[in-house]
Amino acid sequence: MTLAELVLGVMFVGLIAYGLFGGADFGAGIWDLLAGGARRGARQRDLIEHSIGPVWEANHVWLIFVLVILWTGFSEAFAAVVTTLYIPLTLAAFGMIARGAAFAFRKSITTLSMQRFLGAAFALSSLVTPFFLGAVVGGVASGRIPPGIASGNVVTSWVNPTSVLGGVMAVLVCAYLAAVFLCGDARREGEEDLADQFRIRALGTAGVTGVAGVAGLFVLRGDAPLLWEGLTGRAVPVVGLSVVAGVAAVVFLALGRYVPARLASALAVSAILVGWAVAQYPYILVPDMTIEEAATGRATLQAMLVAFSVGAVFLVPALVFLYVLFQRSGPASAHEDVPREHTGAATP
Amino acid sequence: MEPFQLVADAAENLYPARMQMALSLGWHIIFSCFGIAFPVFTVFAEWRGHKRGNAALTDLAHTWAKAMGVLFAAGAVSGTLLSFEMGILWPGLMGRFGGVFGFPFVLEGYAFFIEAIFVGIYLFGWNRLSPRAHMLSAVPMIVSGAAGAFFVVAANAWMNNPTGFRLDADGQVVDAQPWAAMFGPSTAAQTVHMLLAAYMVTGFTVASVYAVGMLRGRRDHRHRFGLLIPLTFAVIFTPVQIGVGDWIANVVADNQPAKLAAMEALYETQARAPLSLGGLYYDDELHYSIEIPWALSLLTHHDPDGVVQGLEDTPVNEQPPVNVVHLAYNVMVGIGSALLLLGFLFGWTWWRRRRIPTSPWFLRAVAVSGVAAIVAMEAGWTTTEVGRQPWIVYGILRTEDAVSPAPGLFLGFYAVVAIYLVLTALTVIVLRRLARHHDISAPQELDATPPDEHTEELAVR
Repeated sequence: MTLAELVLGVMFVGLIAYGLFGGADFGAGIWDLLAGGARRGARQRDLIEHSIGPVWEANHVWLIFVLVILWTGFSEAFAAVVTTLYIPLTLAAFGMIARGAAFAFRKSITTLSMQRFLGAAFALSSLVTPFFLGAVVGGVASGRIPPGIASGNVVTSWVNPTSVLGGVMAVLVCAYLAAVFLCGDARREGEEDLADQFRIRALGTAGVTGVAGVAGLFVLRGDAPLLWEGLTGRAVPVVGLSVVAGVAAVVFLALGRYVPARLASALAVSAILVGWAVAQYPYILVPDMTIEEAATGRATLQAMLVAFSVGAVFLVPALVFLYVLFQRSGPASAHEDVPREHTGAATP
Repeated sequence: MEPFQLVADAAENLYPARMQMALSLGWHIIFSCFGIAFPVFTVFAEWRGHKRGNAALTDLAHTWAKAMGVLFAAGAVSGTLLSFEMGILWPGLMGRFGGVFGFPFVLEGYAFFIEAIFVGIYLFGWNRLSPRAHMLSAVPMIVSGAAGAFFVVAANAWMNNPTGFRLDADGQVVDAQPWAAMFGPSTAAQTVHMLLAAYMVTGFTVASVYAVGMLRGRRDHRHRFGLLIPLTFAVIFTPVQIGVGDWIANVVADNQPAKLAAMEALYETQARAPLSLGGLYYDDELHYSIEIPWALSLLTHHDPDGVVQGLEDTPVNEQPPVNVVHLAYNVMVGIGSALLLLGFLFGWTWWRRRRIPTSPWFLRAVAVSGVAAIVAMEAGWTTTEVGRQPWIVYGILRTEDAVSPAPGLFLGFYAVVAIYLVLTALTVIVLRRLARHHDISAPQELDATPPDEHTEELAVR
C-alpha cells in the first residue's frame, strides 16, 4: 500500500463513519418526517430527538474530515469534483444548515406555527441532503468528473441514472440504519411498542433497499460500465459480504436482537461503500486520474499520517466517552435520582 | 477546454463569490468567538458557584451553557458551509495549494471534533456528572477551541505570507512543506490577535446583555455577576490587544508593505510619515484626514526617521482598494481605543470603590460595547482580507485567477444571503427567549431539566 493509498484509506474510514453515524442521523430525520400527525407521532419524535440530541454535531464532523483530507492530500481531484458538482454540493450544504439550525432551535421555540416550520425544515432537509450526497457519489463513481476546474458538465454530472440511483440508495440506507438504531434506543428507554414499530420499518426498508440494490446493478451496467465491471469482478467478495451481512441483520431484527442487528447492518453498509472503492481502484476520477496522480507531495501525506495517529489518540477516547456516557445514562436512568415533577416538562 | 468562455464566466463569478465568502466568514467568525471564549466564562461561573455555594452563579452558568450550545450549533452549520465554499468558490487556490496550506485544516478537523464532542458531554452531563468531572469536561472544549482558532488563522496567515514550498518553471508547486507553511511569519501575531479578539467580543457582548437588564432596573446577583465576569475578562484583554496590534502592524509592515500603505492611505514613501485618521483617498492622495505628524514612522519603526513604504512603490494593478482598507482599519482602532477607555473607567472604579460604576452612562456604554466589539473585529478582518487584494495568495496567485468559472455559480450568493438572514433572525429569537426563560434546553441537552433547587442540590453534592 502506498502512502497516498493509506491517506485515502483513512479518508474512507471517515466516509464510512459519516455514512453510519451521519447517515443514521439523517435517517432519524426521515422517520420524523414520516411519523404522522403531531399527536400520533409525538412519542416517535421524542425518541428521535433523544437519540440524536447530544451527538448530532459530532456525527457530522466526519464530513468536514473527509473534505479537508481530500483538499489537502488530493487537491486537484478535490477541485475537479467540487467545481463540477457544485450544484448538488451547495444544495447539500444548504440542507445541512437548514437541518442543523432547525434541530438546534426548534425546542427553544414555543409558537406552534414556528415549531411546525422548523420541524418541517428539519425533516425535509434530512431527506434531500443524503439524496444530493448520494448523487455526488453517483457522479464520481460513473466517471463523469474529468480532471480540471469545472471541466465537467455541471448538470449532467449529477442528473443521470447512476446519480439518481446513488441518491435513492443513500436515502434508503439512512432510513434503514436509523430504524435499526432506533429499535435499540427504544428498548433502552423501555418503550417496547416503539421498538416494534421501528423494527417493522427497518425490515420494510431492508426489503426495499435490497430490491433497489439489485435493480441498481442493471442501471450501472448500462450507465457506468467501468463501475459495473469492478463490482462484478474485483469487488465480488465485498459485495457478497454486504449481502451476507444484510441478510444476517434482517434475521437478527426479526428475532428482536437489536445489538447484533446494529453491528450486522453497519457491516453491510460499510461493505457497500468499500465495494465502490474497490470497484473504481486505482482511479480517484474514473477513468482519467489515478490516486497516485492526484496525490500531493510526500511531506504533506506524511504530515497527515502523523496528524491521524496523534489525533486518534485524543479523538478515539473522547468519542468512546461520549457514546458510553450517552448510551448508559439515557434519560430514564438519569431521572431516577431527580424528583419526578421536575423532569416531566418535555414529556407531558 | 474553451478558454474564452471560462474567462467570461470567472469574471462574472468573481464579485459574487467574494461577497459570498465575506458574508459566510463574517457570520461564522462571530460564532467562532463564542466557541473560543464562552466556555471559559461559563466554567468560571460554574466553579465560583460551586465554591461559594451560590445558586445564582450556578444558575447563570447553566443559562450560559445553554446559550453556548445554541451558538455552537449555529457556528457548526455555518462552518460546514465554509468548508464547502473553500473548494466550490476558490478551486484555483485549493487545487493548486491545498497540499501546502490545507494541512492546518486537517488539524482543525480534529480540534473541532474534540470541541463538538465535549460540548455534547458538557451540556448532556450537566446533572449527570459530578461537579468536578463536569468542570473538567470543559477543559478539552476550551483547549480545542483555542487550537482550532490557531489552525484556521495559520491557514489565513499563509495566504498573507506564503511559505513552505517552491514553484517550478511552470508555476507548479513542488517540495511542499506543510509544517513550515503553518508557521510562517504572520502566524503567531495573527493568532494571538484573533484569540484576544474572541475574548473581547464574547466578553463585551455577554456583558452588554446584562447591562441592558440593569438599565431596566434588574440589579440582582444574577445580573451583577452576568456583567462582572465577562466584562472583567474583556477589560483585562483589551490593553493587551492594543500591544498585540502594534506587533501585528510591524509584521504587516515587514511582509506586506502595500497592505500597510493602504491601511494608512499613504501614497509617498517617506521618513517621518504622519498617521492619518479618516479621510478619503483619491487621485493618489488622502483628503480631509486628521494627521498626526511622525506618528506612523514612530509606530512602525519606533523611530521618527524610519522610512515607511507608500503606495507609489506598488504597481497600480497590485494595489488593494485603499478607502475600504483605510477606513476599516480606522474603525477597528477607533473602537479598540474606546473600549480601552471603557475598561479603564471600570477598572478604576473597581480598584477604588470595589463596585461596578453606577452611572447609567457607564451601563449604556457597556450595552453598546458588544456590538462595537463585533464591528471592530469585522473591520479588522476586512482590513486584512481586502488589504491582501488583488491577491488570494500574496504575490503569487490573484483572486480573479482562483475563482471557479462554473456557470451559474454567482447565483449561490443570493441564496446564501437569504439563508443567513433567516439564520440570524432565528438565532436572535432563540437567544432572546433563552435570556427570558431559563427552563429552555439547548440542542445538545435531552430534557428541559429545570435548574431548580432540587437539581441544584444534586449538582452541588
